[in-house]
Amino acid sequence: MNGLNSLVLSESITFHAPSITEFFPAAIFFEGTPFEMNRIMIIRMIMVILLVVIFWLGTRKMSLVPGRFQGAIEMGLDLVRVNIAEDLLGKKDGRRFLPILTTIFFLVLFLNITGIVPGFNIAGSSVIGIPLVLAVVSYFTFIYAGLKKHPGAFLKNSLFPSGVPKAFYIVVTPIELLSTFVLRPVTLTLRLLMNMIVGHLLLVLLFSATHFFVLGVGQWYGYVGGAGTLAFGIAFSLFEILVAVLQAYVFTLLTAVYLQLALAEEH
Amino acid sequence: MLHAFVWASESTESVPNPLIPAIYDIVWSIIPFAIVLFMFWKVILPNMQKTLDARAEKIEGGIALAESAQQEAAVALEKYNALLQEARAEAADIKEKARAEGALILAELKDQASDAAEAITAKAQQQIEAERLAAVQSLRSEVGQLALELAGRVIGEQVKDAKASSAVVDRYLADVEKNEKSK
Repeated sequence: MNGLNSLVLSESITFHAPSITEFFPAAIFFEGTPFEMNRIMIIRMIMVILLVVIFWLGTRKMSLVPGRFQGAIEMGLDLVRVNIAEDLLGKKDGRRFLPILTTIFFLVLFLNITGIVPGFNIAGSSVIGIPLVLAVVSYFTFIYAGLKKHPGAFLKNSLFPSGVPKAFYIVVTPIELLSTFVLRPVTLTLRLLMNMIVGHLLLVLLFSATHFFVLGVGQWYGYVGGAGTLAFGIAFSLFEILVAVLQAYVFTLLTAVYLQLALAEEH
Repeated sequence: MLHAFVWASESTESVPNPLIPAIYDIVWSIIPFAIVLFMFWKVILPNMQKTLDARAEKIEGGIALAESAQQEAAVALEKYNALLQEARAEAADIKEKARAEGALILAELKDQASDAAEAITAKAQQQIEAERLAAVQSLRSEVGQLALELAGRVIGEQVKDAKASSAVVDRYLADVEKNEKSK
């Protein structure tokens, strides 16, 4: 890899390998304060404003027979309301936790999608803050739901599942403790974060390779290689759209599943 | 594993660990979350719910309207059927009455006719009786005349005393009648 990195051609176009520093660009505003903003933080806020404005406009003056724009907004909201919240939690609890689930879904979706938006080119959720904060929200939401629904019994049910012989608790309880109260937020965070990091690195790798092949290498083989990496780059860009939607869906769905398990009568 | 990503630039400055969040990163994650949560919770989802409720209400209202319309139609049908029943009964009644009246009229007419016939018969009989009496009267006088004439011829002279002779004839005829009656 270092060989490639230091490859300098006559036009002095070098192969720029993607690195983890991509996710820590230079500060632009408020440097050194807790409100320091770099490119990615600005992208996040732009997307938040966009998200709020789109949904506010879409639900501001709603008519009983929706037009095209309102129909699209309703379809998006119904995806979370019907397919996630009501399907898993039922009508009553589904409505209770709908704001959290809707927020998670659309925030993750809007921040994921910037990974393939030209000009932004990096997912707002590719830095750990967003995945971590949302995972913590999900974590405390399901613990709150469980404790509220079954005060006292929630922890017992979670850690000492009924129907298991007492002696097995020596094995089962640590596993349950780990999987329910430790691994759930960790996997939520890492699944989203790594998908976004890897997606971005992959796209940078392919497009910078195209750049290098076409402008740096030249010749017919350079163009062939460039065409190949460009085709892959475009294919993976499309794939990243799928990943963006899928990860938003999975994050929300898992939160709903954790809520469902916490609210269930028996474990 | 993560270090595999860190091919990094030639200058090996301190590479940040992507798993350790910076303060600003957390801040700029909480703020977007808070804004979006607030908007969905307090503005967007309530609006959506209002629309859904209104839509459900409209559908239910439509169903209720249809139900009431159906009910009204059923009531109207019942009323119509009752009216029809009543009309039918009335018609039957009228028919019955008409028939009875017809029968009555017929009977009356028959009575009248038979009365008339009786009257005619009685009148005819009276007339016959009167004519018979007249005939008897004229016959009697004619028979007397004839008998006198006959007797005159037989005797050869005119029966002078007409008065006396007619009394003889009358007496004779009375005798004849008497004989006939006693027979």
